[in-house]
Amino acid sequence: MRQDTLRSHRVLREILGGNAVVSVLAIGLALLVGSILVVFTDPEVQAASGYLFARPADTVRAVGDAIGGACSALFQGAVFNGTRAGWANQIKPLTETLTVATPLIAAGLGVSVAFRAGMFNIGGRGQMLIAAAVAGWISWSFPMPHLLHMLVCVLGAMVGGALWGGLAGVLKARTGAHEVIVTIMLNYVAFYLVSFLLRTPGALQAPGSANPKSPAALDTAVMPTLSDLLGVGSFRLHAGFILVVAATILIWWVLNRSGVGFRFRVVGENPNAARVAGIDVKRVYLVAMMMSGGLIGLAGASQVLGTTTTGFGSGIDAGIGFDAITIALLGRSRPWGVFASGLMFGALKTGGYAMQAAQAVPIDLVLVVQSVIVLLIAAPPLVRAVFRLPAPAATTLPHRAPKAVNR
Amino acid sequence: MKLELRGITKRFGSLTANDHIDLVIRSGEIHCLLGENGAGKSTLMNVLYGLHQADEGEILLDGVAQRFAGPGDAMNAGIGMVHQHFMLIPVFTVAENMMLGDEPTRGGGVLDLDAARGRVREISERFGFDIDPDAVVGDLPVGVQQRVEIVKALSRDARILVFDEPTAVLTPPEIDELMAVMRRLRERGTAIVFITHKLREVREVADRITVVRLGKVVGEAPPTAGDAELASMMVGRAVELTVQKAPARLGDAALALRDLSVIDARGQYVVSHVDLVVRRGEILAIAGVQGNGQTELTESILGLQPRVEGSITLDGVELVGRTPRQILDAGVGFVPEDRTVDGFVAEFTIAENLMLDRTNGAPFVRAGALQLDAIEMFARAAISEFDIRAQGIDTHVGRLSGGNQQKVVLARELNRELRLFVAAQPTRGVDVGSIEFIHKRIVRTRDAGVPVIVVSTELDEVVALADRIAVMYRGGIVGVVPGDTPRDVLGAMMAGVTPQAVAT
Repeated sequence: MRQDTLRSHRVLREILGGNAVVSVLAIGLALLVGSILVVFTDPEVQAASGYLFARPADTVRAVGDAIGGACSALFQGAVFNGTRAGWANQIKPLTETLTVATPLIAAGLGVSVAFRAGMFNIGGRGQMLIAAAVAGWISWSFPMPHLLHMLVCVLGAMVGGALWGGLAGVLKARTGAHEVIVTIMLNYVAFYLVSFLLRTPGALQAPGSANPKSPAALDTAVMPTLSDLLGVGSFRLHAGFILVVAATILIWWVLNRSGVGFRFRVVGENPNAARVAGIDVKRVYLVAMMMSGGLIGLAGASQVLGTTTTGFGSGIDAGIGFDAITIALLGRSRPWGVFASGLMFGALKTGGYAMQAAQAVPIDLVLVVQSVIVLLIAAPPLVRAVFRLPAPAATTLPHRAPKAVNR
Repeated sequence: MKLELRGITKRFGSLTANDHIDLVIRSGEIHCLLGENGAGKSTLMNVLYGLHQADEGEILLDGVAQRFAGPGDAMNAGIGMVHQHFMLIPVFTVAENMMLGDEPTRGGGVLDLDAARGRVREISERFGFDIDPDAVVGDLPVGVQQRVEIVKALSRDARILVFDEPTAVLTPPEIDELMAVMRRLRERGTAIVFITHKLREVREVADRITVVRLGKVVGEAPPTAGDAELASMMVGRAVELTVQKAPARLGDAALALRDLSVIDARGQYVVSHVDLVVRRGEILAIAGVQGNGQTELTESILGLQPRVEGSITLDGVELVGRTPRQILDAGVGFVPEDRTVDGFVAEFTIAENLMLDRTNGAPFVRAGALQLDAIEMFARAAISEFDIRAQGIDTHVGRLSGGNQQKVVLARELNRELRLFVAAQPTRGVDVGSIEFIHKRIVRTRDAGVPVIVVSTELDEVVALADRIAVMYRGGIVGVVPGDTPRDVLGAMMAGVTPQAVAT
């Protein structure tokens, strides 16, 4: 059993152990692959390449136009659009990016906390759905004053996510059930449970509606937006972003500066040494899974109280629970790394729509770029081989081969 | 046949593991490569075996330069390797293991197991081994498994055999058998390279000895050279092989094990009905061949074994049923047997590892927050007090040598108020210089009035440290004898003979 724990831990360690350079190069390589796809799918490039040898300059120009067009569309769609009138309209894309990034960062932090304690939390979807259901239910059922109502909803969402994540933690600590299997299965349980509740009058279904959709949140529970604050524009960026920044700071402190986080990291790196050092490994599994689920719950709250406040369906998680795994990997499970990669994914998603609208580049391209990043991050040796980086110096690997054989 | 290594240099980053090493190996002789851990012996052999490529230098076989891109090339050239950690598949039979990597097949790709069985029998017969080709490797004793490795190398027509620390996993009788096997191979014309850091084994079989230190050949010595001479060549200075210690000043009985049994996951009694008392100010050494219950005994004291019967009391307080946390807090210091697995976190810094078992409160954690200043100060003090050779407190422990890693573990465990100190295999895989230091610290702990248990499979260590010696065999205590008991008596006890029977 000790051998097995070590082995799955080693995979995690290898993936997370690489340095930031690998992350940056992976992004670069993925964007390069993306550009190549843009070029090859561009109709003008295809037309010009038909007479490549007669007039090569045409092809070169077409390639340049395709990449330049895609890049500027991405930038205009995700950061700043100078062609619009008024500063509020010009910076709208940036606020959209931050809005999309908010739940991604929260869930990414959640997955990272589990990673650092040596566990894969693949259950982001289920934890988000439960969190959304709890937050939603409080948001329309219990009138409360402004802000307080919102905070209670957020807290409820985090508790819901923590309990759903903690379930996997309890099962792992008590029975040794592998958290990957359990969290994946709990995704289905949560999905069908919430779907059922959304179809059940008197549960989560909006009164008088036949659709599997919840009622709208009361105004008091909705997160204030940037527009509410400034009184201008139609920004969707909401207070959830502030909560996420706070969560990033808090998780950084917990992981790097607190005794609890230290124990998480010991268990994540070497559960055997943790046990001998008197650390209650099972308790760490439980607490880390709950913290992980709680942060993913924050993502759920941000969806229900910030983005989709007029009632939600069972697709409210929007795949964020899975994107979070990529974001945690890309950010090397370091809180600020997760923050940065969450922002990048937010920009890619937001800019992707603009790219499709302006340049007819299919939105699927963004998915391809994301997938290539995952592939490269999960295989650091591949990135090192491509860029001829030196392998990290070998550390002493634990080996206890004789013991396994001679009993 | 003559193998020549000329000016082999191998660098890993800024570290030069091999620095212009010259070595000549001839048929029919046992050539010992002697050196501390980390001296570069294994790197040199990995270069020879094609696992590493040398940065400079060349390998000549009968005067012809060779280029080994991988172990396959080396094997084809007649070089075989018996690894320290066997490269065997436990659930396969001997014959299946032997054909791995070079499977004889009949028409249609069907494995020709009969051919493999025949080959095992033929080689076993030629060299006088007794190996059943159909035995499952995992069921065989370690010594026999090693012989399977040897047969496997011989089946590829190896004329040069490299043994990498072959005795580390063997019992004393198995070591003697291995020595006999090596002599037999030599008589049949095989050239043998024997890598070790144990002086006694070297003197027993070596025809020639090459001493390596810090990646360089420091000299050759004849097999008649004395222990002290060889040891000082290895470490570069004269070493005390015995520990200077005053007679024990015995205090009250502190630790008492009563009718202690440990049951493993399969329901077997791995420790059965042990009664032991350790008094303040004495070192009780637990001797025995590895795998006779010592590991489980020490782990049960620390609360790491799930099924324990009987009682363990420390200063009158019952420890059975308590968690490791509570037992550590009760003042038990513990050096685990396998430090790379249980003793530290390789990816953590020295400073972090020094606080590994004190994450619950002062001085390193206050109000839930790490006290970085306290951690740093403690680490600096520990590095100088324990002579830990590292660039700084932020060096990852995984990058230290075995001896320095062990000093980190020791510094952590000894820098607390202790009421009991348990050290399992405190100097395994540790260089000679560090062994001396670690032994001194253990004796000093005893002199401070702490009861000490040292578990060791090395008789030299047991004899050097112990005030009393308990010998374990098959989970039980064969007997408890004074520290000056002769080695042959201890050796007989390690095979299960009671001291009374030895005396008669």
